[in-house]
Amino acid sequence: MVLTPLGIDYLIFNYLQIMSIWSSKVSITQYHVQGKIDSPVIEIITSGLDNNTITEIDQQVSDRAVGWTSVDKPFQPDFSGSSFVFGNYFVFSLRIDKKNIAAKILKKHYTIEAARRMSESGRDYLSKTEKQQIKDHVLNKLSLRIPATPNIYDIVWNYEESSLWFFSNLKAANEELETLFSKSFNLSIIRIFPYTAADMSSNLLDSQRDELQKISPTLFIK
Amino acid sequence: MLDVATAYNRYKFLGEEFLTWLWYVIENNQNLIKNFDQNFVGLEIGDRIVFENRRKESIERITIKGEEAGLEEGILALKNGALVTELNMIYRSAELVWQFTLKGESLNISSLNIPKTDLPDSDEDIEGFVLEKLFLYDKSLQLVKNLFTHFVKLRISNKWQNKEVFIIRKWIQSS
Repeated sequence: MVLTPLGIDYLIFNYLQIMSIWSSKVSITQYHVQGKIDSPVIEIITSGLDNNTITEIDQQVSDRAVGWTSVDKPFQPDFSGSSFVFGNYFVFSLRIDKKNIAAKILKKHYTIEAARRMSESGRDYLSKTEKQQIKDHVLNKLSLRIPATPNIYDIVWNYEESSLWFFSNLKAANEELETLFSKSFNLSIIRIFPYTAADMSSNLLDSQRDELQKISPTLFIK
Repeated sequence: MLDVATAYNRYKFLGEEFLTWLWYVIENNQNLIKNFDQNFVGLEIGDRIVFENRRKESIERITIKGEEAGLEEGILALKNGALVTELNMIYRSAELVWQFTLKGESLNISSLNIPKTDLPDSDEDIEGFVLEKLFLYDKSLQLVKNLFTHFVKLRISNKWQNKEVFIIRKWIQSS
């Protein structure tokens, strides 16, 4: 067993470092999960995770990928053996990989390629279609060479309580989560904000819910 | 239920009134919070509080930062019609301490610091470690949920206009 200076098993230490939910400061967006899954629950969730696992796009033309990954091994996802189950919680991550090609790099390669095409054709102009084709060609070539930057957002799903914590407040990441979750598990997630938190509270009577629809802002000053 | 996007915008004020009310509770009625946590020690303002005043032609935003920051400017903002839009809080329960920021319009949590826990000694301890961490996250989220639910019931009752608003106004004016 290899130990870190702190005397902790090195493998465990790496495990902990990777999991962002164990960071010192986190953000959480809360959701209510609507509906339940038919039995066998774990198998169906495993299937949803497996079928929508992140695919690697390094050395591919794609410039973006979105998918699930393991919270402890975000670059070698593996959901077998109920590895994502911790007590009553399902813990896994959303990974969004993007290739960022600087505009100046794109412009440089476009300019070089455009000049080459004009030289070959003996023309000093390019049509709009040709320009677009060159741009697409250059983008694809660069995408093959540039590695994707991974962004990993952890998720904790309490299946029995129908609640889900998403460890990010970023709008775009939350939108990707909502889309992929629905696709993977055929369940909708509803973001918790003041109105939904109030409306979906099990502690409110129907009459109280009706009152909620009628309220308007308070004036705390005269 | 309303369309989600419409509901979010229409009821932003609900979250901001909640934070404004919560500031009042923190300053004047900590006993209320004991109802939600039998080990409750205290809830205090942390290192950041943000106010927005949308009653004016252009939105005025005031941020008070720092652990020792005086809140007089905040009371002044309230006197001018602003509401609390973000509140950083320190929550103490038994020997444990949490700190986090709550945003009113979304109820999103940010900068959440939970109490430190021991690292696992072996692979077998990892599940216990994970569950302990999740329990600690849950405790802070449950506090917010319980406070918000209590606030909502109060807010939609007659007691809000007849009593609570009057008390909060008095607190603002006399501070």
